[in-house]
Amino acid sequence: MSWDQLWPLILEGTWDTLYMTIPATILSYLVGMPLGIIMVVTAKDGIRPKPTLNAILGVIINFLRSIPFIILLAMLFPVTRLVMGKAIGTTAIIFPLVISAFPYVARMVESSIREVDKGVIEAAQSLGSTDFQIIGKVMIREALPSLVNGAAIVTVAILGYTAMASAAGGGGLGSIAITKGLNLRKMDVMYTASIALVLLVQLITLAGNYLTKKINHRKR
Amino acid sequence: MSSVPLIQVNNLSKIFADADNKVIALNDISLKVNEGEIYGIVGMSGAGKSTLIRCINRLDIPNQGEILYRGQDILRMNKKTLLQTRRKMGMIFQQFNLFMQRTIAENIMYPLEITRVPAKEAKERVKKLLDIVGLQDKADAYPAQLSGGQRQRVGIARALACEPDLLLCDEATSALDPMTTQSILSLLQDINQRLGITILLITHEMAVIRQICHRVAILDGGKVVEEGDVDEVFLNTKSEAGKRLFGVLPETEMEDLGYPTLRIVFDGAAAEKPIISRLSKETGVNVNILSANINHLQGKTYGQLIIQKPEDENEVKAVTDFLLEEGVTVKEVNKQ
Ligand SMILES: Nc1ncnc2c1ncn2[C@@H]1O[C@H](COP(=O)(O)OP(=O)(O)OP(=O)(O)O)[C@@H](O)[C@H]1O
Ligand SMILES: [Mg+2]
Repeated sequence: MSWDQLWPLILEGTWDTLYMTIPATILSYLVGMPLGIIMVVTAKDGIRPKPTLNAILGVIINFLRSIPFIILLAMLFPVTRLVMGKAIGTTAIIFPLVISAFPYVARMVESSIREVDKGVIEAAQSLGSTDFQIIGKVMIREALPSLVNGAAIVTVAILGYTAMASAAGGGGLGSIAITKGLNLRKMDVMYTASIALVLLVQLITLAGNYLTKKINHRKR
Repeated sequence: MSSVPLIQVNNLSKIFADADNKVIALNDISLKVNEGEIYGIVGMSGAGKSTLIRCINRLDIPNQGEILYRGQDILRMNKKTLLQTRRKMGMIFQQFNLFMQRTIAENIMYPLEITRVPAKEAKERVKKLLDIVGLQDKADAYPAQLSGGQRQRVGIARALACEPDLLLCDEATSALDPMTTQSILSLLQDINQRLGITILLITHEMAVIRQICHRVAILDGGKVVEEGDVDEVFLNTKSEAGKRLFGVLPETEMEDLGYPTLRIVFDGAAAEKPIISRLSKETGVNVNILSANINHLQGKTYGQLIIQKPEDENEVKAVTDFLLEEGVTVKEVNKQ
């Protein structure tokens, strides 16, 4: 295939990949971030311990996290149709992506916030902070570099999942590599799409690392 | 001093219990902190000092007893009153516990931010606080760029931001070198005198107590074993824990020599210099050292020295005066 043909294909694939990845990441955070925070806050040593709630949420998160994406995708077909209007296609796949990613996000957020020094949280308590002030002004702010780093990792993971979109009639670079490359024995298409995917991952990782370093004031 | 103590602790007990063991961290503690004083709580590691101070602003919840702040029981306050009361009690920590992602000014601003002090007023107050702790030029630095002593100054400024009337200090100088310790101690003393803020501090160093505290409680195994004015407690230490802290051998371990002796106590306050060799030279008294147990710790001298008491009263006076001048304490023992 000539560059003239290949180029629009890669461009479209990149667009589709981002079109799935970015909203899925944002939505996963909308659900996963509060969940992760609740996990820290309600833990035994949290600022508002609620062991039962914590245990139940923990089980749900682990359960969802242990289902392979490709199986979840199939299992969710009816629900996806209900929520997104259709079960297959580039837009529809955002829903299963979110369902599979938000528990992962919750764990990432949980571990980032858990890293915040307990002494610092105690200092905030000693100053008469409310629990919400501690969450917003201390936990999230102090964990920000780690949260940003985690977000880059999550984005890359979701990007990886989008490669399986072809199984549900979705587009994107991964789908192009499989359906228009591998399946048609067009190795040039497969490699170019894969390289584009790798570059995208590199870009996100580099941006994540750069930002993390830039906003981290812990070391000097 | 007003009649209602600022803090009154009554019969406080705290037990840490898990499945297979039980630690009685505080055992029926009672004490009073009066307004305007610097009150020290001293004890060996594990004595329960941190637990006690953390109970006072309810970071830890005791199992029994009450803690009255201006007559109001902190342990029975609703959440809202508790938060307001905590704002009246600043706290500083051994590990400083600063917000690492905030600049120094933002750290000091935090208490004002959460109490919604208008931005303009807050800025002015932060500036004033930076002045008080001597960090005007560090406003935009981050804690990671500061030395330990500077960090503790930020901790102090942050604790003072809401204009508290009590400052709780949990081993505030234990992570600092002797010089820095001195500067932080004089800052605390200054805050107590100039701003009239009551200070409750805990430490394992007797020198800290001697240097800035008015009253002291000695904590041992979760109990207050001695309490009173610092000089009083220091000169008439009765408890084993007190003697260990002062670096003094319990009297029972001392041989009865059959003649009067003087016990010279080094509590870390005296500088490290050859006091004893100068003692003979400068007083002209021939000093007969019977036993010595002196340790040097972080540039400070701790321990005791037993000398034979001179027979001549003038010589006794010369020796005592010289030693007191040097910042060590002398006490007569084995009186016949
Ligand atoms: N969260 C906890 N769980 C179980 N035991 C605890 C806990 N906190 C403190 N203890 C125990 O309570 C006792 C008193 O501890 P505390 O920290 O108050 O001592 P401390 O006098 O501050 O000692 P140090 O000088 O080492 O700081 C110790 O035996 C300690 O092991
Ligand atoms: Mg302690």
